[in-house]
Amino acid sequence: MGETAARAVGFTPLVVHRPEEVDTVSADTQVSVAAMSKAGVDLILFVGGDGTARDVLASKAQHIPMLGIPAGVKMHSAVFGTSPQNAGQLAALHLARDSAAAVREAEVMDLDEDAIREDRVSARLYGYALSPYERRLSQNAKAGAGPGEEATLDAIARKVAARMRSGVLYVLGPGTTTRRVSTSLGLPSTLLGVDAVLDGRLVGRDLDEQGLLRLMADRESYLVVGVLGGQGSLFGRGNQQISAEVIRRTGRDHIIVVAALEKLISLDGEPLRVDTGDAEVDTMLTGHIRVRTGLEQDTVYRVQA
Amino acid sequence: MTEKLKEYHAPVWNESSIMELGYPGRRGLLFSEAEPNIRERFPEPEALIPASMRRRSAPALPEMTEPEVLYHYLRLSQQTLGMMGMSIFGTCTMKYNAQINEAMAWRPEVTELHPLQHEDTLQGALEVVYGMDTILRELSGMDQFVFQAGGGADAAYTSAVITRAYHAARGELAQRDEIITTIQTHPSSAATAAAAGFKVITLMLDENGYPSLDALKAAVSDRTAALMVNNPDDMGVYNPEMKEWVRIVHEAGGLAFYDHANFNGAMSKLRAREIGFDACMFMLHKTFGAPKSGVGGPAVGAYGCSEELARYLPAPVVTYDGDRYHLDYDRPHTIGKIREFWGNLPVIVKAYAWSRSMGAEGIAQASDISVLANNYMEKGLLAIRGVTRSHPNASTPRLEMTRYSLQQLKEDTGVDVHDVQNRMTDFGIDAMWTSHEPWLVPEPFTPEAGEMYGKEALDRWIAVLAQISDEAYSDPGLVKTSPHNQAIHRLKAGMTDDPSSRAMTWRAFLKKRNNGALGAGPHDPAS
Repeated sequence: MGETAARAVGFTPLVVHRPEEVDTVSADTQVSVAAMSKAGVDLILFVGGDGTARDVLASKAQHIPMLGIPAGVKMHSAVFGTSPQNAGQLAALHLARDSAAAVREAEVMDLDEDAIREDRVSARLYGYALSPYERRLSQNAKAGAGPGEEATLDAIARKVAARMRSGVLYVLGPGTTTRRVSTSLGLPSTLLGVDAVLDGRLVGRDLDEQGLLRLMADRESYLVVGVLGGQGSLFGRGNQQISAEVIRRTGRDHIIVVAALEKLISLDGEPLRVDTGDAEVDTMLTGHIRVRTGLEQDTVYRVQA
Repeated sequence: MTEKLKEYHAPVWNESSIMELGYPGRRGLLFSEAEPNIRERFPEPEALIPASMRRRSAPALPEMTEPEVLYHYLRLSQQTLGMMGMSIFGTCTMKYNAQINEAMAWRPEVTELHPLQHEDTLQGALEVVYGMDTILRELSGMDQFVFQAGGGADAAYTSAVITRAYHAARGELAQRDEIITTIQTHPSSAATAAAAGFKVITLMLDENGYPSLDALKAAVSDRTAALMVNNPDDMGVYNPEMKEWVRIVHEAGGLAFYDHANFNGAMSKLRAREIGFDACMFMLHKTFGAPKSGVGGPAVGAYGCSEELARYLPAPVVTYDGDRYHLDYDRPHTIGKIREFWGNLPVIVKAYAWSRSMGAEGIAQASDISVLANNYMEKGLLAIRGVTRSHPNASTPRLEMTRYSLQQLKEDTGVDVHDVQNRMTDFGIDAMWTSHEPWLVPEPFTPEAGEMYGKEALDRWIAVLAQISDEAYSDPGLVKTSPHNQAIHRLKAGMTDDPSSRAMTWRAFLKKRNNGALGAGPHDPAS
C-alpha cells in the first residue's frame, strides 16, 4: 500500500506489508500499522477519514502517535490536521521534535451506526490515541509559557473533586478530561464509559442510560463532561449514554464542562455541538455555557444543536 | 515586485562583554595626588572607613579608559535595531517623543524634587499633575484621576482593588467574586482580577469579531463584581454594543472598567463615563506621547473613576482649592498604596507637554490619522499573497490596528510568522508584533501605524512584507534562515528565557560556565 506513490515522489520506501488484493481492506491497514510499529517508526501518518483512524487505533500501536491527513468528508476524530498542508507541517514539526508541536491523547470517533439506522448522523467514541498538535504560542513563550494544558486540566479536576458535596451524585462522562477527576479522587475510571461517584465512592462503572437514571432517582446530580472530538461535541457524540432524559433530569445549571482553552481555540470559532436526539433538550442546551478552562477561570462558549 | 527593495545591514562588532575588556592599570580618570597637608592629616585614608565596612579585596572591575567604555556601549547600541527604523508594534502605540518635552522633564525643577517635600514647595509640579488630571477628565468624563500606578497593568490592578473595596463596603464581597473580561482584552485585566482574588470569566468572540450580548448575559449574575474590558480590543475591533454591555453589568450590580490601552483610535471620539463606565485607565507612556520605553518603565497608568468610587482611590490625590494645590492624604476609605508617592512625575510632565502642544484639535486629528493610516495599510497588506484578516466577514472597519494572519502563507510555503518577523529586520524594520496569548488567529500579526509616520514609511513597510511574501513563494529557505543582515543570527526558540543557557550577571555567568551549564551561546544558529 502506497509503495508506488512513495516511489513516484522520490522516496525509497521500506515495504512492510503487501496486500493480497488491489482493493485494500481494514485488515491491511491494521497489519501495516502493526508492522510499522515493530519497525520502530516515530509517527503513523495516514490518509483517510474516521474509519481509517479506527483501523490504526485497532492495530494496538498505542505508544506511537498517529496523525491523519484529512481526505474529503468532515471528521469527528481529533487526530487529523486541519488541511493536508497543515498535517504535513505538523508531521514535520513532530519529527523534528520542535517545541511548537506537543502530543496529547485525542479522540478517535466514527459514525454511530445505531444512530444512522434512526436517520441521524452521530458519532461514537472508539478510543484515544496519541496525536501531535501545534501549540499556538509566540516563539519566546514556548519555553516557559503558563502551566501547560496537562497541569491546568489536572488542577481543574482536583478542584471539581474537592468541591463535590456529600449526598450528591456526580456522573463522569467518557474521556481523558473527566478521567482526571476520578484520578484525583483515587478512583478507577472507564475511559470510554460513564461512571458515577457518590460521597467519594465509585457507585457505578460504564453505566448505560437506565443505570444512570436508577442512580439519579431522588438525588441531586451533576454531569461532569469534557469536549469530545475534532468537532467539539458536548453531548450526543461519543457520550450517548448521557441521554436526553439524563440531561433533562440533571438540569442545565448542573452541567460542569471542563476543557483546555487550547481545545476551544482549535474549534476556530465553531460552537460546541449537542445532538441528543431530543429537540427539546437540544434547545435547552443551546446558547452559552461556562467551560472550566483554568483554576478559578471559566470561558463562556457558544453551544448549538 | 518590479524592483528589489534595498536591504539594511547591522554593524557586527563581535564585542566581548565589558568584564572581558581592559588592561591592568588602565584608568578612565587619573586623580591628582592629595596635597601634603591632607596627606599629613590622613596618612591612611582607608582607615576613614570602618573596618567592618571595608572590602577585603578590591572589586574586580574592568580597567579601561573613558573612550574605550564609550566605544563599547556605542557598539552594543548599534547592534540593536530599537527605534532606529520603523516600529509600528501593535497595541504599543509608538509615538515620537519630542525633544523639547524630554528637555523639560530633565530640568532641575523636575529632577531635583523629592515627593516628600512640603506641598508649598511643590506648587508647580502639582499644577502639572492637576492639569493632566483635568485633561483626562475632559477626555473620559470621569471625576478624578490619580497617577500612582506605574503602568497599565498597575492601573488595572488599582481598578480590581477598588472593585473589591466597593463591594466590601456594601457587604457583598463574599457573594461577588467574579470579574468578566473578554479573550481579546489585554491579559492584564484577567491577571489583575485574579491577583485581587476574583474568579475570571472570559467571553469568546462571535463572528463579528467581538463577544455577543448573549455571551455577556450568560456570564452576568449576582456573583458579578465587575466587567474589565478594552474597546477597541487588541485586534482593532470596536464593539458598538458597549453601552448595552455596561447597562447589563450595572443592572446585575457590577462595576464597569474601561481599559483605554487602545485609546489612540478612539481618543476624543468617546467618553468612557458617557458610555456608562465607572472607571478607566490611560497609558501616558504611549497614548500621551511620553516614551513607551519598553516594558519596565518609567511609565504611568492614569486611573480615573466616578465620584462614587473616588473615596477608594489610592492616596495622596492632588487637589486644587482655587488658589493652591494640595496633596490630600486624608482619605479614610482609600485602598492604600498601589505604588510609592504620587506618580512618575517626569512621565506626567512629558504627557502634559504633549497634550498642551497638541490641543484638543490636534488630539482629534492624531486619532483620525491613526485610523486612516491603519485602514490605508490594510488595503495594501490584504493585497499581498498569503495575508488574510481576522474575522474576514466582519465588515466594520478596524480602528487604529488590524489583526492579520499568515496561516495561508504558512500552508502554502512553510514560512511562518516568526520567519517573516526575522526577515523584516533585514530591511531595518522592527519585527512586527504577533498577538497576545492565546493565539486565536493562527500565525497572527498586528501592525499599528499610529500618527507619526508619513505615507512613504507605511508604503515601505507594506513593500517589505510584499517582498517577503514573494520570497516565501519563490525561495522559502531565504526567509526561513533569516535574518541575514543582523548583528547576530536567529536565536533558538525559547532560549532567551531558559535559565540554564542564560546568565543575567557576570557572576552568574562564571558560575554557570564553571558548572558546564552554558552550552549553546547566543551566536549559534537555530537548528
